[in-house]
Amino acid sequence: MTKNGPLALAFNALVITFMLAPLVVVCIVAFTPENTLTIPTTHFSLRWFEAAFAHPDFMQSFWNSLWLALASATIATLIAVPAGMAITRYAFPGRDFLNGLFLSPLIIPHLVLGVALLRLFALVGGTGSFGWLVMAHALIVTPYTLRLVVAALVGFDRSAEQAALSLGASQVTMFRRITLPMILPGVTGGWLLAFINSFDEVTMSIFVTSPSTVTLPVRMYMYATESIDPLMAAVSALMVAVTAIAMVVLDRVYGLDRVLVGRR
Amino acid sequence: MSASTKAATPWWLSGPALLLFAALLLVPLALTAVLSFNVYDPATGPKAGEFTLEHYAHVFTDSYYHGIFWRTFWISGLVTLICVLVGAPEAYVLSRMRNPWRSVLLLVVLAPLLVSVVVRAFGWSMLLGPEGAVNGLLRLVGIGPVKMLYTEIAVIVALVHVMLPFMVIPVWTSLQKLDAGVENAALSLRASPFTTLRRIVLPQVMPGILSGSLIVFGLAASSFAIPGLLGGRRLKMVATVVYDEYLHELNWPLGAAVALVLLAANLIVMLSYNRLVEGRYKKALG
Repeated sequence: MTKNGPLALAFNALVITFMLAPLVVVCIVAFTPENTLTIPTTHFSLRWFEAAFAHPDFMQSFWNSLWLALASATIATLIAVPAGMAITRYAFPGRDFLNGLFLSPLIIPHLVLGVALLRLFALVGGTGSFGWLVMAHALIVTPYTLRLVVAALVGFDRSAEQAALSLGASQVTMFRRITLPMILPGVTGGWLLAFINSFDEVTMSIFVTSPSTVTLPVRMYMYATESIDPLMAAVSALMVAVTAIAMVVLDRVYGLDRVLVGRR
Repeated sequence: MSASTKAATPWWLSGPALLLFAALLLVPLALTAVLSFNVYDPATGPKAGEFTLEHYAHVFTDSYYHGIFWRTFWISGLVTLICVLVGAPEAYVLSRMRNPWRSVLLLVVLAPLLVSVVVRAFGWSMLLGPEGAVNGLLRLVGIGPVKMLYTEIAVIVALVHVMLPFMVIPVWTSLQKLDAGVENAALSLRASPFTTLRRIVLPQVMPGILSGSLIVFGLAASSFAIPGLLGGRRLKMVATVVYDEYLHELNWPLGAAVALVLLAANLIVMLSYNRLVEGRYKKALG
């Protein structure tokens, strides 16, 4: 294999800087002791983190987002596992249609989904309901879980299942004792990816949340359109921290590179 | 188990998901399509029983919407071009590195994908502001403060940042299938590194670049948070206009019409592009 020249390495350094710069600057400015968005040079302060934790709106939105992400990722996983088994293990008319339908939230702009769900919620009286919001998020994160579940099921050796069945195990026992443990990395990886995507989602949520169900990214979006101060940087840094924790766990259970670029 | 229950099994298994997608995707999209044809009365809102083509006529004839759609499409096109020019070489450079750098730097490039777009937009608003780091650098080389925030520049820079991983991933995937032996053969037959790149590597990663462009263009054209936060009040793109129609003007039928035109335009671009690409590569592969 040929090596990269100095020009290629300089280019690479520039791209890496470009990718990291906005995240690094957010995390540094969050520690400023000043009242303006300045990069702290001599003193570091936690005052803006304290302000963020004392801010009732941001805290309420944080808990909203956390429960929303936990609930929608769980629902998405519960429906994606059987759907993934149907798609990978059965040949039936309509299979391609179902697969395309379940992956379509990746292609349909979230803006269009937001508009469409706002219409539905207005008609059924679901505006402001946390339950409907959970369902909406489950819809948009299902493709992520489904993809990892399907990937786990495609490379599956079915002889262990057949052995269990021939030894008299019921279908349920076989699924619980054989199938599920074998696809578990894909299932938990899918759950975490769904969690992250729900926690970060803003475009659809801005249409379908109401003052009592506003999620953290939506709250931040609204806050940033009106005023920009270091409080926003502190909340952003906390958001990066939550995502980073979820990413580390994802890396442990499934492998971050496998999630991002597929099979090695 | 009888044959008919066996045929029903996959439908039972996908039933819960199908129920969710029917109730929260298919029905709402149909409702929105109907809404976009409803007569809108500024005093009472949309009228359920009365239908008109007025909103679509408005979108297609009003120069305001022409301007918005044109801006959205040229910005998305330019973002796609920059992502090709930066993302494809970056994936290539990364693929030629050795571990651990190779996997660490790949993650550094891709991981921002998982950070909320609001956080990234906020980061860029600090970097590109009048007192930001970028203007600081420009001052060092003697270029006076450049107004970037709330202009197309800020929107394009931030969109490239958000979209770049979507270009690197497919190019990286197609590079993994590349046989290093072919590249070495070309070099040993005295092809220059440039010729090798152009004649051997590029044709093989072309499908990756094309599918990456498709994703980047589609996501950029419907992006909301970046133009909303970095474009300011005057620099509107399609998504921010839809938001205004819905939540400020309260003209839902018109907003629905704009959103559906965007969806249709996106699908047309994707499908025609797909067909073009598939046709080309089917031919090339025999």
